[in-house]
Amino acid sequence: MSQLIDPFLNNEFMQRALLAGVLVSVSCALVGTYVVLRGLAFIGDALAHGVLPGVAGAMIIGAPVMVGAAVGAVAMIAGVGFITAKSRLSNDSAIGLLFIGLLALGVVLVSSSDRLTGDLDAILFGEFLGVSTNDLVVQAVAAMVVAAVCGLAARPFLVLCFDPDMAQVMGYPARRYHRLMLVLVAGTVVVSFQAVGSLLVFGMLLAPAGTAALVTRRIGSMMLLATLIGIVSTYVGLLASYHLDWAAGASVVLSSITIFFVVLVSKSLISTTSRRSVARDV
Amino acid sequence: MSDSPFSDAVLVARRLDVGHEGRRVLSGIDAFAPRGGSIALVGPNGSGKSTLLRTFAGLLSPLGGGLQIVGTSVQQASRHIAYLNQFHSTALSLPLRVNDVVHMGRLDQRGRFRRRTSEDLDIVAESLHRMGISDLADRAIRDLSGGQRQRVFLAQILARRADLLLLDEPTSGLDAVGRSVYLEAIESERSRGAAVITATHDVGEAARCDRVMLLAGRLIADGPADVVLTPDNLLSTFGMGLSRSGDHLVVTEHGHHDHEHHGHHDH
Repeated sequence: MSQLIDPFLNNEFMQRALLAGVLVSVSCALVGTYVVLRGLAFIGDALAHGVLPGVAGAMIIGAPVMVGAAVGAVAMIAGVGFITAKSRLSNDSAIGLLFIGLLALGVVLVSSSDRLTGDLDAILFGEFLGVSTNDLVVQAVAAMVVAAVCGLAARPFLVLCFDPDMAQVMGYPARRYHRLMLVLVAGTVVVSFQAVGSLLVFGMLLAPAGTAALVTRRIGSMMLLATLIGIVSTYVGLLASYHLDWAAGASVVLSSITIFFVVLVSKSLISTTSRRSVARDV
Repeated sequence: MSDSPFSDAVLVARRLDVGHEGRRVLSGIDAFAPRGGSIALVGPNGSGKSTLLRTFAGLLSPLGGGLQIVGTSVQQASRHIAYLNQFHSTALSLPLRVNDVVHMGRLDQRGRFRRRTSEDLDIVAESLHRMGISDLADRAIRDLSGGQRQRVFLAQILARRADLLLLDEPTSGLDAVGRSVYLEAIESERSRGAAVITATHDVGEAARCDRVMLLAGRLIADGPADVVLTPDNLLSTFGMGLSRSGDHLVVTEHGHHDHEHHGHHDH
């Protein structure tokens, strides 16, 4: 029993990591719910990778990495808008082009600077166990802002998920709320990547919300369950990382993906069993 | 707008040009829908009927001419409009119960942060009842059949208590019972004073409307159903794609595949 609790009681870095994970879980669950429901997975993934050149650029010129990440995310969103407006390419193609372009730019920037090569791991896979008090404050503020925006825009977001045309007819400008949703995704990626890493933050956006979508019938319950799954994944992942010496960010994301498959398989087993019992009764 | 005959106008379109992405689809359309009135927009895919309906709904800006809904601009009139979209592809995977979907129709009818009132609850319950789906209220929308879902979407339209109902292929996916429930509900909406404009393939359904506009990239004919729905006019509109289904003439549209800009039609 002590092995389940002691690592967190005896180590301040584990407490900070757990708190960071809880805050990341809250933001990612709220925003991830909309990512799953609106099918924004690809742009979410692209945003998560698109921050790389911004972060690398910020490190080279000595600016705060979060500002660099934000610039990268804004460039991604603006670029997708520009390509789809100026060409007949689909949204997916525009996202794909920028995704690869920004990722390549990030790798070029990192490889051109000797100072950065050691930091590449930290950018891609995060530093869960090295989260500072400052990072925690930023994550807490971000989680509150995300929760406030999701609360204030709950109605237009709901209708937008249901049918963008209906949102427009009801007087909720669909394009404006879609952009607001993308800004939330970008903001969540920007404040979360330091803990989970830019490659893995997308897992925290998608896996808990995707798992919750399998078993809930209301959007509010989906958000709540996704938050709980995120927190459980953080706890299990950090514990595994502590005892087995695994990379912390990857362990947390792996836990959340494992929970997804466990729920998916259990659900299909339950529905197969109930179908068989109905067939027997008939 | 206060002088007769427009004093009871729900929709007035004058010399309206409609299209999308700068491409003109229909030009010089005049339309007038009084309270309790009904118009059917009939034509093959690509004829412009959905484009016209989407312009009435404010989803497309008119390329020319004037459009007023309940005496004001479309943007100002959003609370007075209920629009049934033909495609709800994203809606199918959402974790929503039937009750929540129908309640969604009430969201902009009350204050931005006001919670559901007892009036909302009554209206939603009545809308479910009128579409014959009260027993589905707690079911998840993704677990329903296509016909059941269409009834849910129609119940959502009823719950808006709108002055103008814009319905794109409203009977799509409905069986005979669903169809008769729908027709009864629309009659009751009209007697409440709502104007109903329907884009349809179904000539039988169009014949029930006060006015029919036959469209095929231009206005072929416009007037009372019995005057407009002549074999010659229908032939000019659809070519050979007409068939009989029970009591109804239905457009099968052989050779008319999807030319409209925003999706796929079921045939």
